[in-house]
Amino acid sequence: MKDTIDQKPDRKAWMSLMAKAPEGRVAALLDAALPRPTFTWLRAPEIGSVMVRGRAGGTGAPFNLGEMTITRCALTLPSGEVGHAYVQGRSKADAEAAALVDALMQTGAVNVMQAKVLETLEQEATAQRTKRAEKAAATKVGFFTMVRGED
Amino acid sequence: MYVAVKGGERAIENAHAWLAEERRGDISVAELSVAQIREQLGLAVNRVMAEGSLYDPDLAALAIKQARGDLIEAIFLIRAYRTTLPRFGASAPVDTGDMACDRRISATFKDLPGGQVLGPTFDYTHRLLDFKLAAEGETPDAPRRDAEPGPVPHVTDFLNREGLIEEALHDDTTPPDLTREPLEMPADRALRLQALTRADEGFTLSMAYSTQRGYARNHAFVGELRIGTVPVEMEIPELGFAIEIGEITLTECETVNQFKGSETEPPQFTRGYGLVFGQTERKAISMALVDRALRWEELGEDNVGAPAQDAEFVLYHADNIQATGFLEHIKLPHYVDFQSELELVRKLRREVEASQEQHREAAE
Repeated sequence: MKDTIDQKPDRKAWMSLMAKAPEGRVAALLDAALPRPTFTWLRAPEIGSVMVRGRAGGTGAPFNLGEMTITRCALTLPSGEVGHAYVQGRSKADAEAAALVDALMQTGAVNVMQAKVLETLEQEATAQRTKRAEKAAATKVGFFTMVRGED
Repeated sequence: MYVAVKGGERAIENAHAWLAEERRGDISVAELSVAQIREQLGLAVNRVMAEGSLYDPDLAALAIKQARGDLIEAIFLIRAYRTTLPRFGASAPVDTGDMACDRRISATFKDLPGGQVLGPTFDYTHRLLDFKLAAEGETPDAPRRDAEPGPVPHVTDFLNREGLIEEALHDDTTPPDLTREPLEMPADRALRLQALTRADEGFTLSMAYSTQRGYARNHAFVGELRIGTVPVEMEIPELGFAIEIGEITLTECETVNQFKGSETEPPQFTRGYGLVFGQTERKAISMALVDRALRWEELGEDNVGAPAQDAEFVLYHADNIQATGFLEHIKLPHYVDFQSELELVRKLRREVEASQEQHREAAE
């Protein structure tokens, strides 16, 4: 099932963004952007796991850390574009929405998808990340020396 | 020996119905939702994900509800569910150097690039019960401060300019997987780390504590402890490139340990490593200490016969699901086993009595 579409470097970015989106978010943004096109399943949504690996000492030899849940699917639009999704968690609806956006990004709807779905997801993810980083920054220790006991 | 007997069905059904009722508790008290457990008992959820060896906060929260808060039972439920999932593949090793840190501290170096960030910690709390939590109320927003974007390098990376710390050299060997092949000795470090990251927290803590008390003491300092999120990336075969398939929270602990050198290694600081799903600090520190103790052989240290140096002992007793499965099975019906034991004891008793009788007669 190798894709025939050009492997745009952007595609990695948008698929990654949708994989990490909060539950239900991609579907909500997609439905707000345009009516869903019809499609045919190439691979109906399937829940499975991925073994996550780490490295000994952070940089050494890989080891198996444990699994995470993943839902994947693939579909094709009547015009032939193929959409894939691998999303974190067990939501088949989220996988379907992500695969539809992936397919629509290869059509004339690219600008609508970019503006109404992906940019919003990106902004929300950035806001969330910034908020946590700012809370962390507020707990950063500012050491100062009170007395030096050299005498 | 197992023999099928009938007659328990009604009792079992009724026991399970009562279990469901007891789980719900007093119905005049609002029912706990899975989302409430996920959001408000986050550290229990994290422990279940770590030891259940499956990262899915919703499932872990559901398991905790179903298990009535018995975390080992919840871990059992997660392990059982995990086996039903088809595996799509393995991720690229996560890059913890690129972690978005909520917490990052070093006990060995005060002034480090990226700073000492305490995060949402229990440390420095007074461990006094907070009765305000018994009343419902709003929690004020945590203070914020502008975050300076910039790398937060691993402590060991920038410390090692003098070469005094053992390096963890890059390697791309495919690791063994104890969920696919039974755990067998000798276990290499990758296999030990997999077993330890899913090991029982209490067991790992106690083994680590034993090293601090002198059983294979290895003089550990927490070089660095960090908690935060990392993206998980996987190669997608049908696409021909890798994408991020999710983001997970991890706790990582690196210890630096005093080491006088051995026949094979120069005097230097050696390292122990802990990496665990979720915010699971006690477990990650424990894992690092036990990992270090188990490395005695590759570092050319003496085996002083301490429990924490014995890979077979540690790894075969660290899994709480294996342990509880075997332990708890002895409460299940063993009527036939016991019947034969009873016969044996009766027979021995008769023999002893007969021989005592003979002695008495001979003496008279």
